[in-house]
Amino acid sequence: MPPPPAPSDPDLPPAFAAWFAARGWTLRPHQRAMLEAARARRSALLIAPTGGGKTLAGFLPSLIDLAAHPRDGLHTLYVSPLKALAVDIARNLTAPVTEMGLPIRIETRSGDTPANRRARQRATPPEILLTTPESLALLLSLPDSPALFAGLDTIVIDEVHALAGTKRGDQLALGLARLATLAPGARRVGLSATIAHPAAIAAFVGADEILTAPPGAAPELELQLPAGRLSWSGHMGLEAAPEVMARIRDAGMSIVFVNTRAQAELMFAALWKLNDPTLPIGLHHGSLDPAQRRRVEAAMAAGKLRAVVATASLDLGIDWGGVDQVIQVGAPKGTSRLLQRVGRANHRMDEPSRAILVPANRFEVLECEAAIEGVAAGELDGDPPRPGGLDVLAQHLLGRACVSPFHPDEAFAEISRAAPYADLTRADFDAVLDFVATGGYALTAYERYRKLFRDAEGRLHVRSARIAAQHRMNIGTIVEAPLIKVRLAGRRGAGPVLGEIEEYFVAMLRPGDTFLFAGRRLRFRRLRETWVEADEAAGPGEPLIPAYAGGRLPLSTNLADRVRGLLSDPARWRVFPDPVREWLRMQRASSRLPGRDDLLVESFPRGGRWYLVAYCFEGRNAHQTLGMLLTRRMARAGLAPLGFVATDYVIGIWSAAQPTGIAALFDQDMLGDDLEEWLADSSMMKRGFRNVAVIAGLIERHHPGAEKSRRQVTVNTDLIYDVLRKHQPDHVLLRATRRDVAAGLVDLGRVAAFLARIRGRIVHMALSRVSPLAVPVLLEIGRESVRGAADEDALLAEAEALIAEATAPPRRPAPAQGALFPS
Amino acid sequence: MTAAPIHLAGERLMLTPEGALVWPAAGLLAIADLHLEKGSAFAARGMLLPPWDSRATLDRLVALLRRYTPRIVLALGDSFHDGAGHTRLDAADAARLRAVAASHRMIWIAGNHDPAPPAGLGGESTAVFAAGPLMFRHEPDPRLARTNAGEICGHLHPKAAIASRGGTLRRPCFVADSRRVLLPAFGAYTGGLDVADPAIARWFGPTARAFLLGRERLFSFPLAAARARA
Repeated sequence: MPPPPAPSDPDLPPAFAAWFAARGWTLRPHQRAMLEAARARRSALLIAPTGGGKTLAGFLPSLIDLAAHPRDGLHTLYVSPLKALAVDIARNLTAPVTEMGLPIRIETRSGDTPANRRARQRATPPEILLTTPESLALLLSLPDSPALFAGLDTIVIDEVHALAGTKRGDQLALGLARLATLAPGARRVGLSATIAHPAAIAAFVGADEILTAPPGAAPELELQLPAGRLSWSGHMGLEAAPEVMARIRDAGMSIVFVNTRAQAELMFAALWKLNDPTLPIGLHHGSLDPAQRRRVEAAMAAGKLRAVVATASLDLGIDWGGVDQVIQVGAPKGTSRLLQRVGRANHRMDEPSRAILVPANRFEVLECEAAIEGVAAGELDGDPPRPGGLDVLAQHLLGRACVSPFHPDEAFAEISRAAPYADLTRADFDAVLDFVATGGYALTAYERYRKLFRDAEGRLHVRSARIAAQHRMNIGTIVEAPLIKVRLAGRRGAGPVLGEIEEYFVAMLRPGDTFLFAGRRLRFRRLRETWVEADEAAGPGEPLIPAYAGGRLPLSTNLADRVRGLLSDPARWRVFPDPVREWLRMQRASSRLPGRDDLLVESFPRGGRWYLVAYCFEGRNAHQTLGMLLTRRMARAGLAPLGFVATDYVIGIWSAAQPTGIAALFDQDMLGDDLEEWLADSSMMKRGFRNVAVIAGLIERHHPGAEKSRRQVTVNTDLIYDVLRKHQPDHVLLRATRRDVAAGLVDLGRVAAFLARIRGRIVHMALSRVSPLAVPVLLEIGRESVRGAADEDALLAEAEALIAEATAPPRRPAPAQGALFPS
Repeated sequence: MTAAPIHLAGERLMLTPEGALVWPAAGLLAIADLHLEKGSAFAARGMLLPPWDSRATLDRLVALLRRYTPRIVLALGDSFHDGAGHTRLDAADAARLRAVAASHRMIWIAGNHDPAPPAGLGGESTAVFAAGPLMFRHEPDPRLARTNAGEICGHLHPKAAIASRGGTLRRPCFVADSRRVLLPAFGAYTGGLDVADPAIARWFGPTARAFLLGRERLFSFPLAAARARA
């Protein structure tokens, strides 16, 4: 019998071909294309679905090159948004390197890397270094960075889609521009999931070409409704817990994705109430202690869990392999996000992923059906990456000065090569540089404290080694809300840390209150210096809903479009369950349906008030903004608005007077003075300013000698905002804040596009009573607190009156009631 | 602007929504913790905060003096963020302070941040200012219980969190019971300490109230409610 033919492949050296063959693998076409790009020294963006061998495609050229030409020094730099991902990739790469006996050292570097290893990495760098944008920025601020990166051959950027358009992405792009100067010959490789704007992502990477792997098998999506009634409102989806439990029981391993951490805690508790067979079900969300999250991930990887209830904390990351189905509870909010989550099930690209959508209310049924259609149509959402943040640029420029003196002209030319900053004006650049040097204030009070000084040749130097050391302690663009650790009360002192919750949630707790956290029912004992002391709550009683915010994405534009399309076309309603069809038929009979391109506004009296409901479908953030602006206008028009509520689908405003002149209310000119007046005073600007001030280095998170703590922001940034706004309203940091806020929570672009779209197409239905479609939003009233809506002083007055009433000494009881009030 | 009357050791005092205490019978206005030149103190450490904090604080002080026309102006300590703070004052700001001292009886109480009197700004300095039944000092004094005096102090930067329908609202506040009034910090860059913190709560009895600063008036809450859900 002849020996089997030696495995061979024209693109693979024999050792690699043998290694592939030993696994029964062959080179996939996109992997081959990546090798070809490498041979031609072309930079490339590879777009591939999960399970497509993307990472190997990115690293294979480096491994082959290093096998053929062993050398010292850093050859390949890998950057990923997640530390855990870098660690996982290191492990995966070590297998072929060890098995083929390649002379390649692979190491990771992040904030967790011990100082001695970090020092060694700088002295004798590994051939392949895996890191994060923050650690790269720190490396690039060191004086020896030019030597470290001079021989760099390849830069691999993983999960580019998750970085481009964020501040972390801005920082990475500036780092890449710097690397292009230090190692002009280095080639770049971007790895990305399927995205709506490939050209923009390719520009971010600096890719010469875009390679696309064939899409995997289309996912199989189905809708699961709770037995019995279908909710009119609410977003938790707990009614469907029995159905979710049954699905978990019928599959090997499931990920149950939810939209908020509060929902994760509640769903986890609801599942365990039904968990008679005591299946191993875990919980994973961003507030849990990292060690606990790692334990859950390890249990998943080992196949020891049947289900994990998770938030976006599991959207990205390590390949688990064995996930059989994804159950999305609550609305998916966007097709891209849904696809990303569905892709977590089944990482073999030739088999379809299975996912089950569980809507929490009627509107979410519409949204889930729209999302299923969107996925089938291959539609993707997401805006092209926005321009780079000026705060990140400020941080980068100080870091640049920490390496060596530089000329502003050179620096401007360099950063202009970073895609997010390609269109930055020289005036903005100079303003940022002036901010870094002196604070950029009209009052030149800080000449003696300047951080950068200019030499005779016009080059900028950092003033002292201390400034550089301070800067390096504060690198990074992730600014978190003030968080407080939650610990169990131990017998002696503090017990284990369960995770962290927002300070404002803690402020609402009274000793004895119970709340759900980390899958436990906890009782708040007291606030210690830096942590919440809690113990396990026993006995009956409803726990407080852990009301911590965050994680709620607004409905995407594409999905909103599809929902409108579905609603306005009764011929397509057959996909809906009966109660939804009946609901829509009732709406058509008693009011009308929102049209594909118009804006339906209903008004009706109810309980001594007037209600105005506008079916905008622009997502919660844009609706909050619209609600603020509309109520201001209504107040001016004498309509006496009393409050509003914004959901992803509609805005509901209630007022003392009957709303009239509806079309004029929605006039585009609301984006002028009304907007600016409201915005300047809004809590959103203050929150935005806090982030900008920290990232730009106005405020330090860490100060040499000070205790390292996340709550180290030493000055109240709201106070600084007030002073700066009064005395220098055009300061570069205020401009940077305005831009962030307009693009973020205020969602100004979407508001503007909406107002333009509905001009002349407003249909007002003056009804005598509430319409079927308006019921859900009316039910939301009181459940959703309106961010920055009411005047704070008015809210305080209300709270004051309430507490005065509750704490007033009891009146002398009337004789007839005496028995009810024992004295 | 409506000031709220309270009684302390038999004297009628007014708490103002701007955060000052006015004693009409004595023609006295007190403010606490101006922390002037906090901005430049941070700048020296590498955080280049906007340099207008002293100006903003003095703007508010001057407006107060116009409104309440006191004869005596009393700063309850920590008037400067650090001992050298007064030397960094902008010339215009220093001139304004000197003008205040020239047209009023200006009393600087020593604070822990500024133990020495500010040189060249006029006024008089003291550790404690006693007037009638009232004692004005920087920090609350545990020996108060053994006397019949009423105490007016600062140092602790009280701030209260009130849960409202629109979320938790935080404001600087006065804290007062029958023996003691604690003033909010007046400086433009002075943050706050939650009134539920033992560092503040331990000085007050069960009848204490927090008076939160508002635009037009104060908002009064039992101290115990100031951290609870409304």
